[in-house]
Amino acid sequence: MQHDNLVEIEDVAFDYGARPVLKGINLTARRGQVIAIMGSSGCGKTTLLRLIGGQIKPGQGTVRVAGESLGELNQAGLYRLRRKMGMLFQFGALFTDMSVFDNVAFQLREHSDLPEDAIHDMVLMKLHAVGLRGASQLMPAELSGGMARRVALARAIALDPQLVMYDEPFAGLDPISLGVTGNLIRRLTDTLGLTSILVTHDVQESLKIVDYVYFVSEGVIVAEGTADDIRASDLPYVHQFVHGEAEGPVTFHYPAAPYVEDLRLGGQSA
Amino acid sequence: MLKQAIARLGNRTLQGVGRIGFAVRFFVAIMLHSGTAFRRFGLTIREMYFSGVQSLVIILVSGLFVGMVLGLQGYETLQTYGAEESLGILVALSLVRELGPVVAALLFASRAGSAITAEIGLMKATEQLSAMEMMAVDPIARVVAPRFWAGVISMPLLAALFSAMGIFGGYLVGVQLIGVDEGAFWSQMQSAVDFEQDILNGVIKSVVFGIAITTIALFEGYDAPPTAEGVSGATTRTVVTSSLAVLALDFVLTAFMFRGLS
Repeated sequence: MQHDNLVEIEDVAFDYGARPVLKGINLTARRGQVIAIMGSSGCGKTTLLRLIGGQIKPGQGTVRVAGESLGELNQAGLYRLRRKMGMLFQFGALFTDMSVFDNVAFQLREHSDLPEDAIHDMVLMKLHAVGLRGASQLMPAELSGGMARRVALARAIALDPQLVMYDEPFAGLDPISLGVTGNLIRRLTDTLGLTSILVTHDVQESLKIVDYVYFVSEGVIVAEGTADDIRASDLPYVHQFVHGEAEGPVTFHYPAAPYVEDLRLGGQSA
Repeated sequence: MLKQAIARLGNRTLQGVGRIGFAVRFFVAIMLHSGTAFRRFGLTIREMYFSGVQSLVIILVSGLFVGMVLGLQGYETLQTYGAEESLGILVALSLVRELGPVVAALLFASRAGSAITAEIGLMKATEQLSAMEMMAVDPIARVVAPRFWAGVISMPLLAALFSAMGIFGGYLVGVQLIGVDEGAFWSQMQSAVDFEQDILNGVIKSVVFGIAITTIALFEGYDAPPTAEGVSGATTRTVVTSSLAVLALDFVLTAFMFRGLS
């Protein structure tokens, strides 16, 4: 059982100063699965990814990756564990002073003593997997948003990690890149035996490729299930989210004083 | 009203002290993670190209003009005492002791310091530093420390070149243009400039300025809020703070170094 779950999050809470972001989250990711964490913007999805990556420590609860509790690791231990992880940042976060090839080769050069010939072949294989072998000599500034994200994906899988995390992989992509990226995530997960965790608010695209979905709202998990469970769910929050409705438990307006009061129509203003 | 002003002052002071604390911790972190910068010296050399070599034009041209001005002004004053043959001494000592290290440092702060802050700040804003951390590579060791040592090594070299160009500028104006005796110009300079007192102290100054400028530039970049105005504000602060730091440090160092000099 322990070995089936690559990521286990138990009762995790986290706050930025006085503002609680997560309040008791439980989540597991089995090996070989594609998991999606969904929720509206600012609900703490990205914070959850940063917790799994060990960039921040939970205020309460435990985060376990590959059986190791992140809270108990020192920096060396954390860096050792991170070699088993890859992360795709929202806008790729490619190193802008290096070519596409050097970006993908970065980890191989930093963490191994492989000869340059071997690195050359490995990098081209990773770039081929994302369909960008021909772009290896371009600079990041010459890539479109979708291409940059595919390069970042090739970089994230350069060391053959066990876990790959994706922060909003679908944000701002055109419909073709959207489908390509979705299929790529599914295909890489299956062929390389990865575990993938997606943080996204693109419901339709991600429901096509995921095995299991968690819905986060106001710091707690409000719903979970397979893609079919989610589509069929009649929970008001999930229904609103999946169908993109304006009215529902999630309100359009940021909390404010009553409108009449703000416009000073109360009659007693000085 | 007054209470608010005092509260604001207190708040500012606390924040300032806090930032100094962070900067010191940052400096200690750079020292602790400097191994990579020397083990893979290629990384440091690459940064020396960006901050040192690319500052050469501004340093050399400024040095030449400062020296030429020194030649003109110095000659004007010295000739009233009939001491125009001491022009070599005046030009060399003012450059090696003061103008070389200080002006080169000010130029370095605005040319290379601002570039370092903007680069690190943007790398942070575009999550490149986070990405590096997630790839199990420490950004302090891989990005920050090589830039620090590159700056510390480049600064005295740039100051030396500035002084050399300045002396050449003084020679052009004094000897070639005005006609001060060439032999006297060089021989008086040679006998008056002391290696330890003048040259070495100048080198020490420029090393200290190099440490101050690169630490400030790197810290401002690393600490910059990840937004457009955050990075621009940090770049401005780098130039202002490091220029003031250079001038203040210069006073302190001069007071210690040239205390007993007659």
